[in-house]
Amino acid sequence: MTTAANAPAPRTNRLGLPLTDYRGGKTTLCAGCGHNAISERILEAAFDLGIPPERVAKLSGIGCSSKSPAYFLGRSHAFNGLHGRMPAIATGAVLANRDLLALGVSGDGDSASIGLGQFSHLMRRNLPMVYVIEDNGVYGLTKGQFSATADRGATLKTGVVNDLPAIDTCALAIQLGASFVGRSFSGDKRQLAALLKAAFSHRGTALLDVISPCVTFNDHEGSTKSYAYMKDHDAPIHELSYVPAREDIAVDYDPGATVEVTLHDGSRLRLRKLEEGYDPRDRIRAMTRILESARGGEVLTGLLFVDVAAPTFVDLLGLPDAPLATLPEAMVRPPKEALDEIVEALR
Amino acid sequence: MIEQAAVQHPREGMVPGSRLNDFSIQVATANGSGSQSSNTVLLRSLFQMGVPVSGKNLFPSNIAGLPTWYTIRVSRHGWIGRKKEIDLLVAMNPETARQDVLGLPPGAVVVFDAPLGISSLRKDLTFYPVPFDRLVEPVTTDPKLRKLLRNMAYVGVLARLLSIEEKEVETAIGKVFGKKAKARELNLSAARAGFEWAAGGVDKVDDLKVSRLDQNRGKLIVDGNSAAALGALFAGVTVVTWYPITPSSSLVESLIGYLRKYRVSADGKPTFAVVQAEDELSAIGMAIGAGWAGARAMTATSGPGLSLMSEFAGLGYFAEVPAVIFDIQRVGPSTGLPTRTSQGDVLKAAFLSHGDTQHVLLFPGSVEECFTMGVAAFDLAERLQTPVFVMSDLDLGMNNWMADPFPYPRTPMDRGKVLGKEDLERLGGFARYRDVDGDGIGWRTLPGTDHPRAAYFARGTGHDENAAYSESPLAFEENMDRLRRKLEGARTLLPPPVREGDGAEVGILAYGSSHHAVVETRAQLREEAGLESDYLRVRGYPFSPAVAAFVSSHRRVYVVEQNRDAQLRSLLRLDLPPELAVRLRTVAHVHGLPLDARSVTDEILAQENAS
Repeated sequence: MTTAANAPAPRTNRLGLPLTDYRGGKTTLCAGCGHNAISERILEAAFDLGIPPERVAKLSGIGCSSKSPAYFLGRSHAFNGLHGRMPAIATGAVLANRDLLALGVSGDGDSASIGLGQFSHLMRRNLPMVYVIEDNGVYGLTKGQFSATADRGATLKTGVVNDLPAIDTCALAIQLGASFVGRSFSGDKRQLAALLKAAFSHRGTALLDVISPCVTFNDHEGSTKSYAYMKDHDAPIHELSYVPAREDIAVDYDPGATVEVTLHDGSRLRLRKLEEGYDPRDRIRAMTRILESARGGEVLTGLLFVDVAAPTFVDLLGLPDAPLATLPEAMVRPPKEALDEIVEALR
Repeated sequence: MIEQAAVQHPREGMVPGSRLNDFSIQVATANGSGSQSSNTVLLRSLFQMGVPVSGKNLFPSNIAGLPTWYTIRVSRHGWIGRKKEIDLLVAMNPETARQDVLGLPPGAVVVFDAPLGISSLRKDLTFYPVPFDRLVEPVTTDPKLRKLLRNMAYVGVLARLLSIEEKEVETAIGKVFGKKAKARELNLSAARAGFEWAAGGVDKVDDLKVSRLDQNRGKLIVDGNSAAALGALFAGVTVVTWYPITPSSSLVESLIGYLRKYRVSADGKPTFAVVQAEDELSAIGMAIGAGWAGARAMTATSGPGLSLMSEFAGLGYFAEVPAVIFDIQRVGPSTGLPTRTSQGDVLKAAFLSHGDTQHVLLFPGSVEECFTMGVAAFDLAERLQTPVFVMSDLDLGMNNWMADPFPYPRTPMDRGKVLGKEDLERLGGFARYRDVDGDGIGWRTLPGTDHPRAAYFARGTGHDENAAYSESPLAFEENMDRLRRKLEGARTLLPPPVREGDGAEVGILAYGSSHHAVVETRAQLREEAGLESDYLRVRGYPFSPAVAAFVSSHRRVYVVEQNRDAQLRSLLRLDLPPELAVRLRTVAHVHGLPLDARSVTDEILAQENAS
């Protein structure tokens, strides 16, 4: 055991856990798939934030993206359910146990086509969870058909042109009342890391649409979801830095050029404006700007909208502090006197 | 022609007075005219007279205007199934009055709104024209209210004609209108107006009469949906996710009312969550998500919703997640007859979803069983770690039935095989789908369990006993064999069949709401044809071994059900050895009306005579 004793101790987080405790199984996705980078960012964010992996519930639908929860946070429970139906499972799980940190991983087919209904209603409910769409504009597991987030005019490798307008999941979510909406790119390590940490710190649904190129079916010229296209068209709306609640760093910044959003757990997201007049707390302006960017061929990234005070579904239902799932029998089975009273009223 | 089978109807050759406490009433009104309260008052008044009674609402899929009928049966024998023949018609609806009168058997009595002028239609009936508009004129000046109160006036008229005590009508009105003082007073006045008019101006010439009995002592009047809701309440349900659909909506609505009253903790917070989902896919998906996370979760639906739930039902079976689904069956296929009853979802529910999916079904046969099975379903779902379907129907669910008081659960909640943190510390880990106990049921952990080895990856994809993704043919077969063993074990865990009678050559096998017709059929077979029968009422699927034993001890077994294709018989034929399966005969019909004994009796006798 001398070698172990001599090896440097691995870096640990505030729980004393090494990064390896946040890893999952080996990925079976293609080498270079954007989803693998997102998995890395997720597990790093959970490690950096010191989230106990046992508190996380990983939820997914069907597709390449939905397989990825097997490749990170191996110590977290997971439910890989049905195509397009992750939101329903997430809703049930969170209502059963409000202490869970629900992390949904979905794809553009899963959320914008078959699951658009469930996606929309989840956004309306503001269920406390992080909802990541790994968005590559294409169906990977069925070998390369367009999805509903593919841009009009984009082409497949076979030359097929997409004639239909794209569904913008971020714009839709903002319109439906979502409380935290961001867009990012799997290749932008810094921005995605900050957005993920902020998403974990938000109270409500935090939707992140992450452009995640499919190296096998949608990374060619003519694709608007390729690495090359994103490098040319990624338009970050601000520079993001995440300041954990525990770090009380007083950094001088120009309030005119920076917006600071204080999240539920006391952490802060500091947004240095790259663009005059953009305030992610303004729902209507955010919608306008997203629509403008789409017209201009840009992919606007960053925190597009946030409302830290929006009531969550758990608030609206008035749930007790303890998880419903494990309330003792004495709290969930009314006494015999209650049945006697009910029966008497029916006589 | 079943109607004309050579069977003597009970009323023929009857001595005067034999319709004492033994007749049926049909009230014909328009939907939305307020007749529901009146009919409930009538039903309760009869109930309070101590005479066994049952009421059935035959209503359209409509909010206002279309014809609706309410039938009440009074039976000193205690028969509470639908009676096919109408003895007393209350004709209030001009749209249907003529057809209603023409459809009556000879000797029936008609109380009708005088302006309808229908007394010349038949010579073999007794008619009582009643000037309802004039009766309610002094009660109120409001024309809208007058229209509603006409219906309470017929209750008064009938009370007098049938010798229902006036004070029982008043008590019933008090019960139905409760704290709404103004409505109560108006309705009391209207009922009195009817009563007094009939007392003053009618020569009673028929033999329909009620006299006080003492057969309802301690009993309740309740609909099956409320009873099922109470079952869920006392089962400790914590997550209720649903999408409105007739005839299941009233189950959840009733449950919401009870939850708000009885499930709020000392700090004022509810110990439950109710979500009206965006559709049935989501409703069952949420229930499955909640069941996976450890809640006692349920949804309620009917045929079209059940179809939409099929993919999730298969996930629940394969990932082994507890959930309770109340299916209040209505008439299909497709949208079918949304407000009429059937047992048409049995075969679909048993195998709901693709692949070799199989489910646990419970068949409540009474409102008492809607309660007891409502409780048991949650224990079974968690014990077996699988979706459990409670197969009620519109007749049970939405109609008012007499019932014995519901028994408070005798055993604590069975939360099934769940490993907690301390168990994992002791064991060092677990394999989610390993059959460690030999009953096919693995041990599960709940998300959030604070132990590094607690997690497993629930999935609808092929998996090994560690819940890891696997395409291994061997692992897949082993898993499917274990699931089959698990469901085999359910045979003896579910409520056992109820057997009545012994030693007869002929057996009758039925389930659910058909029970009430079958018990009467057995008496009819005995009295009218001297045919003895034994009866087995099935209460669960997969079937108890007692089912095969019953079939093997009878030469012929009539399987009675309310669908066209003999769905339960189909399940039995898959289950029974071929030499027993051939003994099964079918009495299966669906037309939307609750099953009546006469039709069953006639059909059995026709088949008996033909063989």
